[in-house]
Formats: sequence, C-alpha cells, structure tokens
Amino acid sequence: MPIAHPDSIEDLKEILRADTSIVLLAGGTDFMVGLNHGSTRLESDHLIVDLRSVAELSTVELDYRSKMLRLGAGVRWNDLLSGPIEDAAPCLSQSARTVGSHQIRTAGTIGGNVATASPAGDGVCALVALDASVVLTSHRGQRNVAVRDFATGPKTTVIEKDEFIERIDVPIVNGWQGYSKIGTRNAMVISVAGAAVVLSPDSQICRIALGSVGPTIIAADSASSFATTAIDWNTSSVSTDDLDQVVQLVRESASPINDHRSTASYRTHAVGVLVKRLIEQGLRSIKESV
Amino acid sequence: MTYTSDEKHFELTVNGSKHQVKDSFLGASLLSVLRDHIGMTGSKGACEEGECGSCSVLLDGNLVCSCLVLAASVTQSSIVTIEGLGGATDVQQAFVECGAIQCGFCSPGLVMAATNLLDRNPDPDVDDVREALAGNLCRCTGYGRILDAVQVAVDGRKRNKL
Repeated sequence: MPIAHPDSIEDLKEILRADTSIVLLAGGTDFMVGLNHGSTRLESDHLIVDLRSVAELSTVELDYRSKMLRLGAGVRWNDLLSGPIEDAAPCLSQSARTVGSHQIRTAGTIGGNVATASPAGDGVCALVALDASVVLTSHRGQRNVAVRDFATGPKTTVIEKDEFIERIDVPIVNGWQGYSKIGTRNAMVISVAGAAVVLSPDSQICRIALGSVGPTIIAADSASSFATTAIDWNTSSVSTDDLDQVVQLVRESASPINDHRSTASYRTHAVGVLVKRLIEQGLRSIKESV
Repeated sequence: MTYTSDEKHFELTVNGSKHQVKDSFLGASLLSVLRDHIGMTGSKGACEEGECGSCSVLLDGNLVCSCLVLAASVTQSSIVTIEGLGGATDVQQAFVECGAIQCGFCSPGLVMAATNLLDRNPDPDVDDVREALAGNLCRCTGYGRILDAVQVAVDGRKRNKL
C-alpha cells in the first residue's frame, strides 16, 4: 500500500481518476485517531494520497472586488487566526481559535474540517453562517456545493469518489459576525453546542448556523429570516419579544441527541442562549461603531 | 510530478540524521515509529488522539502531535524530537530550576511546546503561554511551576538580548 505525494492539482485529479480505493490525507487530526484506536482500518489495496504535498491547495486569495475569500482546502487553522483572514471572515477566525490546541491547529485544515462532516465542526458552523461554498474538483471538471448542503449526515457528504475539495469560497460580509461554543473547558473541547451569527446592516441580513445540535451543522433558516425582518437595522436593535421568538425558532430547528458529552435538552437550551447573546453582542457592537 | 513511497519501509530524518524504518505496520503513527523502530522514547504516548500533547515534536519547524502524523507520509520532512534539544537548553534548565517536573511523563511534550512558543513569540504574556500550552496535559504539578518555568526562560532570553 504505497503513499502518493502529488505535487499539483493536475496530478491529484489523475490519481483520483485512476484509483478508487483512495484515502485522502490532509492534516490527519481526525483520521489518525481512528487508525490509532482501531476504528479505522487500512487495507493493503488502499492508496493513501498525501494532500500536504500539493502546495496549490494551501493558497489564500482575498478578493475584495468580488467580495470573496478563496481558501485552499489545505489552509491550516493556525493560518486562519489573525491577519487579513480575520478581517475578512472574523467568525471563521474565532471558530479556528476554538479548535483543539496549537498542535492540532498546526496540522488540521479547513478542507479537512468540511470533508470530515462532523456535526460539531467548528469551522463548518462559521462557513454555513457565511453562506460559503465548497469547490469540488475532479478530472470531469468542477462544481460548487453550498457548505450547508455538503454534509448529508455525520461523516457522510455529497463528494464523489473521484472528487476532492480544492477550495472553500467564503463571501466577505460587511457588518458583524461571531462564533461561540460551549464545552466542558475553554480549550481542547469538542463543542456541546455552538453557534455562528452574521449580521449585515448593509444588506439587512441576519444568518444563524448551529453546531452540535443535529446530524449536520444546521442552517437555522426560519430563525434567520425572522431575525432579518425583526431587527430594526436603522437603530441596530430588536425587541425583547422578537429576540425571544428568534431563540424559540432556533431551538425548534435543533434536533440534538443525548450522548457522552451532553444531553439533548441541555443542548437545545444552550444553543438558544448562545444565539441570543451573539445577536445582542453583535447589535451592540454595530451601534457603537456607527 | 507525483512520487510514491512505501508504507512499510521508509526513511525519516530525525534530529538531523537519517533513520531507516523497516517493517512498520500499515498506518503506523510517527510516535510509534519513533519509539518502537528508531528507539527514541523521549516522546511519550498516552492518549494517541491529540488530547494530551505528550508526544509533541517539531515537523518542519511546526509543533504537532506525533501520534497524529502518519509516519510514512513525512519522509520528506525534518523532524525534531525532545532528544534533538540536547538536554540542557534554557527551557529545560528553567523546568529544572523551577521544579516544573514531578513524574516527568508530560515534560518532553511541555518542553517542546514551550520551546516552540518562545521561538515563535519571544515576549509572550501569561495568556499567550497558557494558550500555547493548552494542548499539553500534566496530572501532577497543577501547572503553576510550569508557567513559572516558561516565564524564567522568557526572562532569560530577554536578558541575554540586552
């Protein structure tokens, strides 16, 4: 079972065209845990493809003219923490800072986070709130899939066997955005509940995404559209009753489970509190910046 | 151009020297190869899921958990382990001076993480230190003396610069 080290996207396309028993290896922070604990097994006919050797997958393109941040799938968490990416997509940076430890953020990639399709994926939650899309590439061509439609359940996605994630296209949204999560400590935790909120006074849009409260990251559409109309964008305020209604809709769109990390009822409660605090914080921040 | 490497027999560059690895098992982590094939037992294995940091090494200068690295995939990389620091660096001396060690199991990982922090950020505040060491668990010390030790190392480097 050899390991292939393609050094270009063209090479990668050809490898995926020729072979079907392929394991794409990015940061390895999830895959190796499975191998070490025996829940993932490699067979001798598997071909491991080392994505780290494809430098093109680590490019970052910040295009303020078309208001798009194009993040190569191989961009690592530590590269998302500060600088121009933090300015362009603050909630993505905030989510990156909550992922694992420095060691994990050195290895793990944004493409890997999307591909792994964990219901708790911190980066995915931010990307859904930002209405980002996944650019899937194969020898057949390229297609865009909204991040919110990419995962179909825990660890299952719409990716085809010959495709790979080339990049994530993240719209640059004016206004305020935030990501928040609850876990059992402040570092190194898989979230018990998480939420990302994007507030854009310019386009008068509120978008809410929820993590760890369903089989995939949830785009809370009913709550988002209610909030969009309920918020008075001229004064950056929302009535208490309307905010309570947003929280109610958030909780209705959640479908969490009981597991070793938390209970469904706690998650339902917590995710509402997170969204409420994020919206309050966001509106306060917008008001202060005017 | 794509090149392929063998999963079971390969060569690693550790602390500046080449090491031949024979008959590693499918999917072996860098940690297990370092310990069981190369005989470098400084990097410790505990959780093998990236939670405890006791296996921390530098991979091309970046701090990673060696348990989460597929050994056969890093044949082109430069690996530095705790053995590569030599045993008497300023950070290691500071750990000794401050008594930042009890059972010692976490020490190699913590020394690697602290060394990497100081190389990235020569003037970390206490929050920077705590964040940089968040991925390294110690079950003995309660961390107080470890934080002291990092501060001693920071101060020492600043003094040497003056």
